[in-house]
Amino acid sequence: MAGEVKPAPLSARIRKERRNSQSPPFLLDVSLEVLPGFTILFGPSGAGKSTLLDCIAGLVRPDEGRIFTGETVLFDSSLAIDVAAQNRRVAYVFQTLALFPHLTVGQNVAYGLHGLEAEHRNRLVAETLQAFRVEHLASRKPGDISGGEKQRVALARSLVTDPRVLLLDEPLTGLDAELKAAIVRDLRAWNAAKQIPILYVTHSREEVDALGERVIALADGRILTTGTPMDVLESPRRARLAQAAGFENLLDGTVLELRESDGVMRVRLEETVCELETPLVHAVPGDPVRIAIRAGDILVAVEKPRGLSARNVLEGQIESLERRATLVIAPVDCGAKFVVHVTPGAVQSLGLSAGQRVWLVLKTHSCHLVV
Amino acid sequence: MESLWLSFRLAACVAVILLAIGMPIAYWLAYSQWRGKFLLESVVALPLVLPPTVLGFYALVAMGPRGPLGKLWMTLFGHGLAFTFAGLILASVVYSFPFAVQPLVVAFESVDPKLLDASALLGAGKMRTFWRMILPLSLPGVVTAVVLSFAHTLGEFGVVLMVGGNLKGVTRTVSIEIYDRVQSLEFGAANRMALLLLAISFAVLSVVYAVNRRLWTPWPAK
Repeated sequence: MAGEVKPAPLSARIRKERRNSQSPPFLLDVSLEVLPGFTILFGPSGAGKSTLLDCIAGLVRPDEGRIFTGETVLFDSSLAIDVAAQNRRVAYVFQTLALFPHLTVGQNVAYGLHGLEAEHRNRLVAETLQAFRVEHLASRKPGDISGGEKQRVALARSLVTDPRVLLLDEPLTGLDAELKAAIVRDLRAWNAAKQIPILYVTHSREEVDALGERVIALADGRILTTGTPMDVLESPRRARLAQAAGFENLLDGTVLELRESDGVMRVRLEETVCELETPLVHAVPGDPVRIAIRAGDILVAVEKPRGLSARNVLEGQIESLERRATLVIAPVDCGAKFVVHVTPGAVQSLGLSAGQRVWLVLKTHSCHLVV
Repeated sequence: MESLWLSFRLAACVAVILLAIGMPIAYWLAYSQWRGKFLLESVVALPLVLPPTVLGFYALVAMGPRGPLGKLWMTLFGHGLAFTFAGLILASVVYSFPFAVQPLVVAFESVDPKLLDASALLGAGKMRTFWRMILPLSLPGVVTAVVLSFAHTLGEFGVVLMVGGNLKGVTRTVSIEIYDRVQSLEFGAANRMALLLLAISFAVLSVVYAVNRRLWTPWPAK
């Protein structure tokens, strides 16, 4: 461990091609700046998020590019600089956390401090365990503590070394929202004094809304947009992102009527007579909007349903049924075309077939407005 | 019982030497990206398939007064290598090589690579990662390697006969003595020694399987 680190942004320009026999070649080609504080790296799986983090950490060597924080160059292909991962002082918390199973929590956290005198080391370990509220676990093994505690220990272990940058690869997946928020609060509190750049990877839209001051959206190895969650969400290119993040239905429409007292509005889908009730957004009648709906959020009924709380019931015809491993993809024509996912069991018990007349049921809040 | 004591000394020396040279070789085999790695893997496995007499024959040729090892030994120590305890150790090391290296390779390869990445990201170099991560997490494999090379050396016969001969107190190991006793029709003595060897081998293998059954052991704190 060297002396104090001044807060410095992380800058990276990275080109990395990955080839293997099982998948088509993948090219990561990005240029980004991560300022001190939280930045969300958002994108679907396979977008290149982990490859990008691996390149920054020094676990994967980029084909070309330059990575630096402040004055310190970590990688520069033109100058043949490639600082080894062990000397980069880049903290990295994996999704699997990779706590050392044979060491206690205290030993895990002390692992990165081997150059220090015992007294100094013990003080730092105690302080950091306390900052992440796991000081009472110091003598336990990682196998004996809960998931949330493990995540706290993993954060403490990587931050105790006073790193230049913190990379988090979906470390909080699988935790409930409350626990996640508590851990993020402690992380923010810790970083209030240190002010290092924190790059937080997620593919969850909810986390983007909950965490982000700044968001970098990545898809297919390229950066789509950078900005606040609002900027990113409202950018014209968001449609691609919405699709990438699992919204199979993207429908253009026009606002017909606002019902502000109910918090909803009615939208007519373009070139059809279909109308949907959607959550209210800042718009006036006549405004164009785009609605994103997950194929799995749409219900299918073989008779006209009655007595439902769902506000949107559309009549249509099944165009085809495509069987996949665990689901059946059904395009349904209701004037507008919808893609619906149903389970193979539902297809069987409802006796669904191509050409059949069905009713689609959509909750108001399953209709996400993206523009 | 002199021969049993000799066998134990031989097996212990071989096990210690094999652990020392087996670890770097196993490390290389486990982590090298080199495409020609299979060549070394084949060499390591050779003693498994070669008849001990073939191995012993070449060992004897190499150690003889005109062989390269024999000549080197002569200039260093002033006496020959064949039919000595040192020569026996050398040949046994080759003979038991795969029994030490293969369990180590398997153990090293089964350590989660993410743990090694995490160790490097926390500033640890290759040596520190080896001593603090790979070795403790491979402890069952290390025990297996030591025990198997010990047990395999304890029971060897053909190689000893070829390079050691049958010198009382120098190269007459327990397996050779059993053979001797049978040849001279002393079945009672042969049986006692054979039973003892059987019991020891069983105990040793029980240790190996017991160790490998346990996934996590209470490691020493540091």
